[in-house]
Amino acid sequence: MIALLLAQTIAITGGTVYPVSGPKLANASVLIRDGRIVAVGTSVSIPPGVTRIDASGKWVTPGLIDGAGQLGLVEIGAVSATREGTVQGDTIAAAFNVAEGINPASTLIPVTRIEGITTALAVPSGNLVSGQAVLIDLDGATMEQMVVRSPVGIVADLSESGKDDAGGSRAGIAARLRQVFRDALEYERRKTDFSRAQMRPLSASAGDLEALLPVLHGRVSLIALANRRSDIETALRLAKEFRLKLILAGAAEGWEIAAAIAAAGVPVLVEPMDNIPGYDSLGIRYENAALLVKAGVAVALLETDTHKSRNLRQQAGNAVAYGMTWDQALRAVTLSPAEIFGVADRYGSLEPGKVANLVVWSGDPFEFTTGVEHVLIRGKEIPLKSRQTELLERYKKLPPSYAPVPPR
Amino acid sequence: MRPLLSLLLALTGACASAGGGTRPAPAPAAATAPAPVAAAESTSVARPQYPSTYVRHPNPPVLIRNATIMTATGQEISNGSILLKDGRIVAVGAKVDAPPPGAVVVDGTGKYVTPGLIDDHSHLGVYAAPGTDAESDGNEATNPVTAEVWAEHSFWPQDPQIPLAIAGGITTIQALPGSANLIGGRSAILKLIPARTVQEMKFPGARYGLKMACGENPKRVYRMRGGPSTRMGNMAGYRAAFIQAESYRRKWDAWNKDHKGDPPERNLRTESLAEVLRGNIYVQNHCYRADEMAQMLDLAHEFGFKIRSFHHAVESYKIADLLAKEGTSVSVWADWWGFKEEAMDGIQQNAALNQQAGGRPIIHSDDPGGIQRLNQEAAKAMYAGQRAGIPVTRDQALRWITVNPAWAIGLDSIVGTLEPGKMADVVVWSGDPFSVYSKAVQVYNDGWLAYDRTDPAHQPRTDFELGQVPAPGSDR
Repeated sequence: MIALLLAQTIAITGGTVYPVSGPKLANASVLIRDGRIVAVGTSVSIPPGVTRIDASGKWVTPGLIDGAGQLGLVEIGAVSATREGTVQGDTIAAAFNVAEGINPASTLIPVTRIEGITTALAVPSGNLVSGQAVLIDLDGATMEQMVVRSPVGIVADLSESGKDDAGGSRAGIAARLRQVFRDALEYERRKTDFSRAQMRPLSASAGDLEALLPVLHGRVSLIALANRRSDIETALRLAKEFRLKLILAGAAEGWEIAAAIAAAGVPVLVEPMDNIPGYDSLGIRYENAALLVKAGVAVALLETDTHKSRNLRQQAGNAVAYGMTWDQALRAVTLSPAEIFGVADRYGSLEPGKVANLVVWSGDPFEFTTGVEHVLIRGKEIPLKSRQTELLERYKKLPPSYAPVPPR
Repeated sequence: MRPLLSLLLALTGACASAGGGTRPAPAPAAATAPAPVAAAESTSVARPQYPSTYVRHPNPPVLIRNATIMTATGQEISNGSILLKDGRIVAVGAKVDAPPPGAVVVDGTGKYVTPGLIDDHSHLGVYAAPGTDAESDGNEATNPVTAEVWAEHSFWPQDPQIPLAIAGGITTIQALPGSANLIGGRSAILKLIPARTVQEMKFPGARYGLKMACGENPKRVYRMRGGPSTRMGNMAGYRAAFIQAESYRRKWDAWNKDHKGDPPERNLRTESLAEVLRGNIYVQNHCYRADEMAQMLDLAHEFGFKIRSFHHAVESYKIADLLAKEGTSVSVWADWWGFKEEAMDGIQQNAALNQQAGGRPIIHSDDPGGIQRLNQEAAKAMYAGQRAGIPVTRDQALRWITVNPAWAIGLDSIVGTLEPGKMADVVVWSGDPFSVYSKAVQVYNDGWLAYDRTDPAHQPRTDFELGQVPAPGSDR
């Protein structure tokens, strides 16, 4: 069944195509075969007999990528039995990879993908080092089928909330992380001594130290939550000391030191609609994303509330309202997150060879007037159904029928 | 005791509803405004209680021309004009007479004008930023029934979230206590303007609301603290409280007839509930599930009061017919769901389905972020409805964030539409307010320019922000 679906060839014809990697193409087509894009352009020859999706008058973009949230890891926010994003009892939970907590049957997945989000980062939370974030496509019967890249990064909390696991001081966070990083490197050098118990006690478990090695060798990113300017500076300092591949997340006051972030070549994950000041983020403002991009920082936009992941496009629209160009905002929810998460060879733009995650919109994806017409994930057309569309069908006319299939 | 008693004797008179002729002279601003409804502070005491000291800020007359005027009365006037003077809307239409002397003329080309937005569910000021325990003043979670607490006594006018909401086009809010309690206390109806004291913000003549809460929150908070621990315990708790209120009301009504002997002892808790029974305070009921809303309607019937609005009401679409028949409005989010079990069945068409059923939907925020984008939330809910084939007009969607919440707080005769004679609460938008790219460029509150996006002199900043929050446009 899966092989059959993958073997399908689909042509999306006549739409305005936004490849993101290049300028928009009017009246263009996208040809998809075996889950991959094989051709994009205004003169693509469509083989006979392929499934056609008429996108005349529609907009075609890559599927949106939300670099935040816990899709698959949470069902009901207040019900801990349905939450899998935090591991208890390990403040340096570097070895905690969320992948096996992902529930492919989560009701949030259809709710989100039918609004044009096709890929999301499933991010662990809590603890000083939260664990390993995993990039997933929002389709698949098993976790293995969903995972795009695992891990994308290891998450560390350098914000106010990280203090609890570091003795109650920001200085404690930096000191603890330095100690753990040094111990991981020492552990790597002296694994034999460690197994013979001929070493001083280490500051984290062997498994967690082992898990940090790809980060310390620059193969996996450190995703640092930091909002206050001084916390961002601490993250940059640590990254420099240990030659880490750093991704800043949150970065509420990032705009204040945008040039320094740009100079360090560090990308930033920003939630544009968040502007409520706290002592962690007194300088938070709507223009943050735009100011960072203007300074040359690579920015991906986020919707961090998992149940609202579908509002990523509203986030992008608001980023435009507060200074980003439209093209920058589209890039910041497609190609930029793909680059930041190390999957731009397969994701983020409409180009031959890339995974066929794309969306046909009735218009500008960031506008409220716009509806989703078609969603394709890995070349497979996704039915535009969710638990919420079923509730709507049931209660459109009152009183409802409680028959299993609503009468037509 | 003697002086107090004689004062009571002198003032209570035929005071079936609060105040009667004994209220303080209205503030100058109120004198020119439409007659406010009688505010119900108390039937038990006629002295003014924490009275509004609101005074309209002076502003020259304002004529906005060449704009698209969305009146929230069914009209969308292209190339329209609107004249504001002395805190009132003087004229609205395709053609408005020449500006009076001294008037400021605003070129509205390409811009849209709507009534000031009203959020009937806000916790600004009671859960103020920066969000520490020190500012957590929204839930008096010490007893499941705290009808005696008043949100205005928690409200912090220097909450830095206030200017953010003003910049989003909000002119009036209902600041509510939280939902930890079955009965959480009185709401505050406030003009959203910079002020030193909450009294300066209190909407003159506005009725109080009473916050009640169904479902998960009260039973979670009180499960280990003597109850309620179940939904049936919740119901028993409301009923017990209103039974006390009936008795309290009877005692005061009897005493008010002839003022013989000592007056009954005042009890602030039952007093708020007695005013609900008298119809002077509106019930604002946090309630998610359809079946629980039906229970609450029965409770209201049992004690003979009306529930003015079900707040959050994520399942209201399931009983939209029942709610429309009952005349209870629903204050809902555009698309929140899933954060707890009773929110699992939230759908984006909730407001639209209630509209279709003849109900009175309201888009509320319950959130310091959402209150800045109430127009966007209404847009999402409108288009979600339209895409599902549910007919919703732009005017109806505008009413979700203007005159419908005005109705829920009893002020729809004063604010919520652009009509001559109404209070000049007006927003000028950079474009269609239902576009994600549009922003409020000017906000007039009672005719006063409370916010201007192009002029830092009209971008209020709270004390909190001074010296610690970078000013807009600064690079610190």
